[in-house]
Order: sequence, then C-alpha cells, then structure tokens
Amino acid sequence: MSVLSKLKEALVCLRAGRVTLPYPAQPRPVPPRFRGRPIFDAAKCIGCAGCANNCPAREILVFDVCQEIRILKYLGRRCTYCGRCADVCPEKAITMSHEFENATNQIGDIQQTLELFMSTCQRCGRCFKEPSPLEQLKLKGYRFDDLAHDRWVFRSQAYLTRETAADDVNIDLD
Amino acid sequence: MLKNLCRKMFGRSLWVYHANSGGCNGCDIEVLNVLTPYYDAERFGIRLVGSPRHADVMLCQGPAMRPTAQALRRAYDAMPAPKLVFAIGSCACGGGVWHDTYNVLGPVEKIVPVDFYIPGCPPRPEAILYGVAVALGLADKKTAPVTFKQAELPIPRYHPGDLRREGDMIVYTKVETWMRQPRG
Repeated sequence: MSVLSKLKEALVCLRAGRVTLPYPAQPRPVPPRFRGRPIFDAAKCIGCAGCANNCPAREILVFDVCQEIRILKYLGRRCTYCGRCADVCPEKAITMSHEFENATNQIGDIQQTLELFMSTCQRCGRCFKEPSPLEQLKLKGYRFDDLAHDRWVFRSQAYLTRETAADDVNIDLD
Repeated sequence: MLKNLCRKMFGRSLWVYHANSGGCNGCDIEVLNVLTPYYDAERFGIRLVGSPRHADVMLCQGPAMRPTAQALRRAYDAMPAPKLVFAIGSCACGGGVWHDTYNVLGPVEKIVPVDFYIPGCPPRPEAILYGVAVALGLADKKTAPVTFKQAELPIPRYHPGDLRREGDMIVYTKVETWMRQPRG
C-alpha cells in the first residue's frame, strides 16, 4: 500500500515537471491592469493638488514656497497603489506604471518631487484656478505641508477661513 | 578552495522568522507564496523557522501597533547578532493607510531598525524575491529619488509698460522674446 502510494506520488511529481520560475534571472511580466508605482509627469501637471487631497494614505505633500512655485512631493512609503491619484488627476499627469521592483535599503529612494510653476492671474495676482474640478476638491488658498519631516499638515489656515475674492458680488435673495 | 566555496554557498543562507505585528494578513499570504515551489525561495537558502532564536532575518508585516510593540521588540532582541530586518508591505514601511488611528504607532522602524524596505500593498511575490535578491547582492536596486522642475526662473513679470503697439495690435514684448527662446 505504502509503496504503491509512493510510486503514485512519484508519478505525479514527474508529470508536473519543473514549475519553478527563473524569476530574478529573467524578468516576469505583470498582468496588463496591474497598478505599480505611480509616475508623475511634471510637464502635464497643473499643480491642482487633487491627488494630495484624495490620497487615502496622505502620501502626497504640497508646499507653496512662494507665489509661483509649488512643490509636490510623493513619498511612497505607505502608498497602497490604489490609483485614486491617477483617477482624480484632471490632466492625466499620473500614470500607474508596471514597476513593482521597488525594494530598497533607504526608504527615501521611492519618493518623487515635482517643482511646479504656477502662473498667476494678471489682475488679482493669485494663481489660476480651474473652476469645476477644484471646486469639487474643495481647494482654497495654499497648502503648507511639512516637507522637512515628511508630515502631512491636517489643514492649512487658508482652508479654514473662507476667503472672498475681490470682485465677489453678494446677491441677496428675498 | 572548498572552504571558500562553502562560504559562498552556505554563508548567506538566510533563515527567516515571520513576524506579523498587526497587519491584515495580505502580506503573510504573499510571503507564504514565495516559499511555495512556484517561486521557490529555498534556491537562495531561505527557510522559514518558527523561533526568532534560530533566525537571521525577521520579516516584519503590519505597522508598529501599541499592543504588539513590546512583543516585536522582544522577538528582535532574541535573534542572534548578525541580523537583518525586512519591512514588507506599506504598513511596515510607512504605517499603512490607518497610520493615524489610535493604536498604530507608525512604521516598524520606530521599534526595530529596518534594513530593507519592500513597498506594496501587498507586494507581489516577485517583489519580495527581488528584495531578497537585492539583500543578497544578486540584483541591483532600481529605484532612486526623482526631482522634476517644470519651468526655469526667472520668468518675466507682466507690466503694462512693456506693451508695444504694432500696427493694429498691441504686443507684449517680453513674452514674445521669452517664447522665442529655446527651452530645454
């Protein structure tokens, strides 16, 4: 009985053949809809920070250095590769690549920093605001995340205090 | 020669201890996937052991949490001296999506010193194998920090004094010259 079962097991093993992948020697393709590391395209980015507001892990930080330069920093430490940043991006500047080999000995190797130029309005001197998507994202004023310590500041002051534009007209309805 | 060969073959066989300090079990399943014949981590001498006293490498999954921080630290202290710690998954690397809840302290590097980070939620089994290959020196790491700059400064500021009449049109001279310059 036991000899027969051993023979049967040997037959099964022989029929299976070699199943081990030659992985680290040869590259292994991923499925086409696989979401790997997000790649930020600085040429397309308009700096709306919708990705920063939609990231569930709060891994995208935004810091306004001055009126015209906005720094957008993707840390990638606790990124879950959910792809919500790529979904919400109005300019499709974020693509989820197929890179999954991100193992490092320094966690800072994964981060990406974009230094964006924000053009200002010639009348009011503030940055241009795209009307519809940004209003949906509840973006107002400037973001001051802590880039030195890689921390996300919960809400900036400009978000809390409602700013009124210079030429806002209050319409009174009876 | 035989000694060198032995050192080359057996010197780097890592026995791993699998420590989950409060993760969701996704990374555990991927780690067990690496140990199956399909990915076959025993090619590199990797073996799963049940006690931290036998282990060279600790695979940390899950964030550092308040109830399990002491136990994780004690397991790390119990390992014999040349020891490596792998942080597997986004929870272990950076604290996970629930990084700001009351019982999550943060990444595991707050409790134990981490040597290699394998991000992913969960990382693919190939990614874990790749991290091990990087640790053993079989492969080079592919990631590096990236910085992009969108425009070069200074960009000319608008001023009404720079408007110039050309026939029927009014032309802004500075923008014209700036637009004509080749930009990299």
